[in-house]
Amino acid sequence: MEPNLSSRLTKIMIKVEGLSKRYARNVAVDDISFEVNKGQIVGFLGPNGAGKTTTMRILTCFMPPSAGKATVAGFDVMEQPFEVKKRIGYLPEVPPLYPEMEVGEYLHFVGKLKGIPKGDLAKRVKEVSEKVNVAEVSNKLIGKLSKGFRQRVGLAQAIIHNPDVLILDEPTAGLDPKQILETRQLIRSLAGDHTIILSTHILSEVEHSCERVIIISQGKLVAQDSVANLTNRLRGAESVSLEVEAADGRPNPTEVQGRLEQVAGVSRVMMKDSKDGRLTFEVESLQGRHIRAELARSVVNSGWNLSELRAVGLSLEDIFLQLTTAETKEVGGQK
Amino acid sequence: MRNILLICKKELKSYFASPIAYLLMAFFGLIFGFGFFTATRDFVRFSFQSQMMGQQQPMNVNDQIIRPLLGFASTIALFLVPMISMRLIAEEKRTGTIELLLTSPIKDIEIILGKWLGAVLLFTCVLGMSMLNVAMLFAWGKPDLKPVLVAYLGLILQGACLLAIGTFISTTTRNQIVAGGVTFFVCLLLWLLSWFTAFDSGPASQVVNYISIVTHFENFSKGVLNLKDVVFYLSMIFFSLFITSRAMESVRWRS
Ligand SMILES: Nc1ncnc2c1ncn2[C@@H]1O[C@H](COP(=O)(O)OP(=O)(O)O)[C@@H](O)[C@H]1O
Ligand SMILES: [Mg+2]
Repeated sequence: MEPNLSSRLTKIMIKVEGLSKRYARNVAVDDISFEVNKGQIVGFLGPNGAGKTTTMRILTCFMPPSAGKATVAGFDVMEQPFEVKKRIGYLPEVPPLYPEMEVGEYLHFVGKLKGIPKGDLAKRVKEVSEKVNVAEVSNKLIGKLSKGFRQRVGLAQAIIHNPDVLILDEPTAGLDPKQILETRQLIRSLAGDHTIILSTHILSEVEHSCERVIIISQGKLVAQDSVANLTNRLRGAESVSLEVEAADGRPNPTEVQGRLEQVAGVSRVMMKDSKDGRLTFEVESLQGRHIRAELARSVVNSGWNLSELRAVGLSLEDIFLQLTTAETKEVGGQK
Repeated sequence: MRNILLICKKELKSYFASPIAYLLMAFFGLIFGFGFFTATRDFVRFSFQSQMMGQQQPMNVNDQIIRPLLGFASTIALFLVPMISMRLIAEEKRTGTIELLLTSPIKDIEIILGKWLGAVLLFTCVLGMSMLNVAMLFAWGKPDLKPVLVAYLGLILQGACLLAIGTFISTTTRNQIVAGGVTFFVCLLLWLLSWFTAFDSGPASQVVNYISIVTHFENFSKGVLNLKDVVFYLSMIFFSLFITSRAMESVRWRS
């Protein structure tokens, strides 16, 4: 990777801190925090009703949050919504199309709405029409288009002003398998120029299109990780939380971490907390390895006390169960 | 301003892309034409009779045809307004296109003004159907132009005012039939109130009479351009569009 690209990649594009959204009767989003770096494709994964759409609507300045902060490209969604809106392309769950308009006419309208200068408009419309393959239907009424074409026109309106950030709410929902493949390809082809967040309730969707995944369930953020790590966890790797206490005074965090990393079968060690001489770690195993016994032995042999050792990630499993059942249900329902 | 015109143009296009614009124009043209036919027939008959009887009472086209006809038009307008304004925002909420508008770099008030302006222009087009008939009077008779223009201005102002109220009502629901129904009810109520309070001079009646939008058309229909009435209409429009923008904010909070 060339050096200036890697420095560009580390730039934070979207930052969400303690975001909450309450409705009259329920909490849709509950204290969510995450960051998305420039150029990344992030999957927003969660079962129906998890709060994906709500979070995206806050990021796009459609609705204000009840609490917390969100910035896009450094601009606060509450304080500078105009700057945010200029930099975001948004494809809502239902593509926002006017059936009585022709495709080309619609894209011109959206282009003007997004503030593209008159001189560039025709060129931009042509470019995006070709990019998403709708040039051939540019004189057709949107109301007469097939579902796949509509989705593509929806994507075209999201990228027409060449936004820094693309927010796509369930972009492949309701499409047939061929259309799903096309849409995924299209999204991946957009990845270089844009930072993309796409939501889905289907796990495999994330595996196909995303580099990172953020999982939410019932409004809470449950996990965020690289897709590779997550799939690793999923395929039978174990995740263990352990609390280490020194018999005499404070244990040295780096020493403990180093020791844990040496245990056979461990893939990753993360320190979670350190309080009154107690250190909490989360340790992940390689695929199919059981590491709890080894971990315990290693800690005790080093002269530390092991005050807690338990498998975590059960909640994650629950969610995946939910996710996968949701997926099979949908597949079943389509027959 | 650019954005307001953009929305306005889009609104007009979609009115004319569906049958609604043509239906309203046909509906209004027919009813007005029927009123015109009746009024001119009676006028001709009366003027013929009065000539036969040797009376020299001058017959006036303005007073005896145009004024009652445009008064009639102002009543029909009460039926037109809900049909024009009902879909404005309710339909965008139902289909989800409101998400496109509200996430674009354009102010809420520009969306509202654009939509309202589109509705007012369509209303004016529909009203324009009556000019086919009125033009005939100018071709064959010699009516005064000024009172006719004033009456048309009054019609448009009253329509614009009711359309602003209709725009507000359309913002509060995602069902355009409900929006239309409620707007129609409000128009009907204003019309009825102007009737009930016309014969009563108590202070409460006076207030209701003042607020009731239709009563302000009376001066216009007489060809009298009264600044007070113009100000009333303009401030009602301003107020309605202002509460529409508040309603739009609540759309953001709750949807
Ligand atoms: N306008 C609303 N009023 C009240 N509750 C809502 C509204 N919109 C969404 N919710 C609730 O908020 C939760 C999250 O919804 P949503 O963000 O649409 O989830 P997702 O997109 O992940 O399926 C759900 O429980 C839903 O019922
Ligand atoms: Mg959703």
